[in-house]
Amino acid sequence: MERGIGKNIHSDRTFDMVMNFLGAVIILIVLVPLIFVLAASFSDPDLVIKGKVLFWPKGFTTKAYTLVFENQDIWRGFRNTCFYTVTGTGISVILTILAAYPLSRRELAGRNLLMMLILFTMYFSGGMIPTYLLVKDLGMYNSIWALLIPAALSTYNLIVAKTFFENSIPGELYESARLDGCGNLAMLVRIVLPLSKAILAVLVLYYAVGIWNAYFDALIYLRDADLHPLQIVLRNILLLGQTEQMGTNDVGMAEKIKMAEAVKYSAIVVSSIPMLLIYPFVQKYFVKGVMIGAVKG
Amino acid sequence: MQNKIKKLGKSIRKNIGLYVMLAIPLAWYIIFKYIPMYGLQIAFRRFNPTLGITQSPWVGLTYFKQFFDSYYFWDILWNTVSLSLFTMLVGFPMPIVLALIINEIKNLKFKKAIQNITYMPNFLSVVVIVSMLTLFSNRDYGLFNKITGLFGCAPVDFMSKPGYFQPLYVFSNVWQYMGFNAIIYIAALSGVDQELYEAASIDGATRMQKIIHISLPCIMSTIIVLFIMRIGNLMSVGFEKVYLMQNSVTLSASEVISTFIYKNGIQKGQFSYSTAVGMFNSVINFILLVSANFVSKKTTKTGLW
Repeated sequence: MERGIGKNIHSDRTFDMVMNFLGAVIILIVLVPLIFVLAASFSDPDLVIKGKVLFWPKGFTTKAYTLVFENQDIWRGFRNTCFYTVTGTGISVILTILAAYPLSRRELAGRNLLMMLILFTMYFSGGMIPTYLLVKDLGMYNSIWALLIPAALSTYNLIVAKTFFENSIPGELYESARLDGCGNLAMLVRIVLPLSKAILAVLVLYYAVGIWNAYFDALIYLRDADLHPLQIVLRNILLLGQTEQMGTNDVGMAEKIKMAEAVKYSAIVVSSIPMLLIYPFVQKYFVKGVMIGAVKG
Repeated sequence: MQNKIKKLGKSIRKNIGLYVMLAIPLAWYIIFKYIPMYGLQIAFRRFNPTLGITQSPWVGLTYFKQFFDSYYFWDILWNTVSLSLFTMLVGFPMPIVLALIINEIKNLKFKKAIQNITYMPNFLSVVVIVSMLTLFSNRDYGLFNKITGLFGCAPVDFMSKPGYFQPLYVFSNVWQYMGFNAIIYIAALSGVDQELYEAASIDGATRMQKIIHISLPCIMSTIIVLFIMRIGNLMSVGFEKVYLMQNSVTLSASEVISTFIYKNGIQKGQFSYSTAVGMFNSVINFILLVSANFVSKKTTKTGLW
């Protein structure tokens, strides 16, 4: 008997070691690519191209960043994306609340039918082409509205918000508010929203990250480069290799190619920094959002 | 009956404010979700922009036949299904494994560190992820070739080899989403009654046995629900990433239904044909979802509805 317990403790220790080792391996796998990009973005392009840079900048320089910040396309993309993210998040959050709050009220007649109509769109849709034709017919093609309205609502986020309202606002609160002569809109503004800061944070973050990182709608709906969000500009520079405007004309071709490579790393860093910077402050809300959503798939 | 209608009328009047609020998002759902479904009929018509959706002439199943009879039908179908299955087979279990590992780690700081670090890539955009893949695949100085070089492998430009398309897609997906998708399981695991583990220890269960007989069964319903939802998307491979990753050299492996629709519909303007292709895709998805839900309800009594 005693020997058995002793064996268990021994195997427990091995087990802990294996788990800690696996945890460390996972951290390495996630971090190595990120650190490599960061190191390369601060390194001398010559050394990057020769493959000398690994996890620490070699021949430290911020030249690639200077080039990124001098690039007018990137600036314009940045400004556009900031606009789309702020405005789009506002529209999306308001629409989501306007749907989630009434649907969370149990006394709403027809609530189940409406909910079914909404859920159905999660599993079946008209698809890319009919939506595209509709957006064109509505006159939104090549306008900022194409990025703000057609994808404004996410049914998943709606369910998260509705579930939150259902579970955290007691029905008696509505009853007593009604007795005090409080209307439904006043209830939403004065009672429900102040109690729902967590879910508001979740919605703002989910929508903001989604809009910041989106490129598909811009790809199909926006023709004018003036309207392009940052992700489209990034695609042009990083994947299609449109780097003509980078650097001055008096440098040689070889130098240009080198700088084009260096700029790619710094452009990745610059475009990702805003989301990665807010992330530590908001990650607890993200986790919360996933957990609320999990209550009801 | 009349009584019921009266009651309903009264309830609607009482909550008229709620319906007014609901009207705006509901209008959005009708316009941007249900009108496109109505627009699906152009798959059965020869769409002519001047005639519009409802006036274009009917052609029946012509476009569906055209797709099924095309020489590329099986290639595209196979690329879509295999990429999707591969993504699911690797991508679905990994977050569960990660959650179980995190759940077993005792040092709280280390635990938090793993969680926070693995969530990070979730915030990067697809454009950034694909750019990283391209840079890392560079023959001369890419990270991948440096790593394979350590093992004495010759440098390869992974992005321009059809054979590497799927592994690159799948494993970068796992890298990006594993941590975030694990959250839901970590939450479910934290809700498991600790007494179960204690009782098992007294019975002399090893840690591995506890994982298999306590942790896993306790999160099984979460796993099943997520799995059914995943099945319902089996045929929809994310357009964004595939489109950015593909190039003319890898098309034989990377052309999937959604990229095909984009190129033929939006770029070439074959609206009816590509709508038919898209409809074929969503109908199969829907059938898969309904059947997965049915099977799950019969066997495990868990389902989406």
